[in-house]
Amino acid sequence: MADSGSPGSDRAGNGSTRASSAPTDLSVARSSVSSAPSSVAPSTAPYIELDGISFTYPDGTRALENVDLRIDPGELVAIVGQNGSGKSTLARHLNGLLRPTTGRMLLDGRDVRGLHVARLAERVGLAFQNPDRQLFAGRVSAEVAFGPHNLGVRGAEVDERVRAALDAVGLSAEAASNPYDLGYSRRKLLALASVLAMRTPVLVLDEPTTGQDARGGARVRAVVAVAAGEGRTVIAISHDMRFVAECFRRVVVMRAGRVILDGTPDVVFGEASWDELRATYLAPPFAAVAGARLGLGATPTALAFVAALGQRPGHARS
Amino acid sequence: MAIELSAVRYRYAGASRPALQSVDLRLDPGRVLGVAGANESGKTTLCLVAGGFAPGVVGGRLEGSARIDGAETTSIPAHALALHCGLLFQNPATQLSNTTATVFEEVGFGPCNLGLAVSEVIERVWWALKTVGIEDLAPRDPARLSGGQGQLVALASVLALRPRYLILDEPTSELDPAGTALVGEALARVAAETGAGILLVEHKTEVLARIADEVVVLREGSVALAGPAAAVLADSILAELGVEPPARVALERDVRAAGLDWPAALAEGIG
Repeated sequence: MADSGSPGSDRAGNGSTRASSAPTDLSVARSSVSSAPSSVAPSTAPYIELDGISFTYPDGTRALENVDLRIDPGELVAIVGQNGSGKSTLARHLNGLLRPTTGRMLLDGRDVRGLHVARLAERVGLAFQNPDRQLFAGRVSAEVAFGPHNLGVRGAEVDERVRAALDAVGLSAEAASNPYDLGYSRRKLLALASVLAMRTPVLVLDEPTTGQDARGGARVRAVVAVAAGEGRTVIAISHDMRFVAECFRRVVVMRAGRVILDGTPDVVFGEASWDELRATYLAPPFAAVAGARLGLGATPTALAFVAALGQRPGHARS
Repeated sequence: MAIELSAVRYRYAGASRPALQSVDLRLDPGRVLGVAGANESGKTTLCLVAGGFAPGVVGGRLEGSARIDGAETTSIPAHALALHCGLLFQNPATQLSNTTATVFEEVGFGPCNLGLAVSEVIERVWWALKTVGIEDLAPRDPARLSGGQGQLVALASVLALRPRYLILDEPTSELDPAGTALVGEALARVAAETGAGILLVEHKTEVLARIADEVVVLREGSVALAGPAAAVLADSILAELGVEPPARVALERDVRAAGLDWPAALAEGIG
């Protein structure tokens, strides 16, 4: 039902977006992250299917209403929508922390209902919106080691994963620190590292860029780019439309627990979708608005805007 | 009448170096002072010091002078500070009392503690909920809100205290773009109508561009850049300071870096 009303949800139409080609700002990504060894074969990322999922919290709040969503291996999907539209609830279904009131979630066609949350955690890693719900260890390194250890990883492999994960988020120098001596933004990066270290084929990131400065934002974009390069599926919830447009190939828009738009950044941030975006209290990225003002077509990113502007007949070069 | 910091240097108890090295700033009633800076540059510490929480509540060592309306913060008892300064923490979960069953009670918790008449508390709660656009959340359980809703409730609970100064540590970090715009407008209105001085820490420079009168940018505990908001936010050094410039400024920079002119059609405000 959620699918039927959304113009971008035509799966064939999305085909070109499924390629796991890296995001547009790869130059930023590559320059700020030493390449972590790839340990995840693309083929291990599962198909994720949400089949008519509804979820109602015990206090009666209906957070999801009949959500149908299929996410292919290696897809880069951003989930956006107004506060309270059900995004975090959806994320918690993906790793089994919440189970649907009605409907099914399938991994590679298999209903996860009977699957213990620990088994699901091997496939789907979730970084919480609020890092303080996630962090508990007395040392940064122990925090990051906890996940792999729980997955049965031992010895030098754990150390290597901790090193690589801390390196990816720029916290190598803090390995011996207490997590609560780090500021909020770095605790968020630590929470991200602790999920990265599990090397799950699916990464779910709940608002990864909030509270980050320019450098922290670049770190997060780099993490997404590297994971994409490894063929992992990355699903992020975000209000940061620039991050969404630059790093993701597919944008799912939620409103009041339903999916109302589903398509590429070009489609979702294109002028034809603006009314629907505004109805769910979102605004397209500035580059898209500027591109529309100049009649340049769909320019959801600065890169696309500059390219389109450069091809505009008679546009002066300074 | 102002919050004034002069040559402020502050070190947390047990810390190897000061979190604030040298900070001078002034927040006048009715003004919005934006604070930007890279992570760990001292923004949150600045909030705690300006509001008198540090060293008063969290300890540590303060040098220089931090005054609220002429009185050194170290000489103001904590309960009296609450009348002067409303402090919104970065993490909304830290803010909520965890003792109330509804959002309405949560927002009323502070005013009740001020010993106000019930009718005044009720009036303030509705005003605060309306100001941040969450009247519909009034009957909800504060523990069962989304991240952004929780942040709006935390902000409303500070507004309901009607302090003379509001010190807000990233009040829009979890909000959707519309929520961010709404809070921005609400804060500008609160400053103009109630005469509150607002110290606003924000990574979202769009918000500062819209409502801040002045902006200071911190680097490693010192003020690296200060001045009128428009000038500071257009300064090319901003990126070096770890601050993402407003989208318009960033796009113009990208266009010029590609050797293209910035289109005249975009000169006036859009978006």
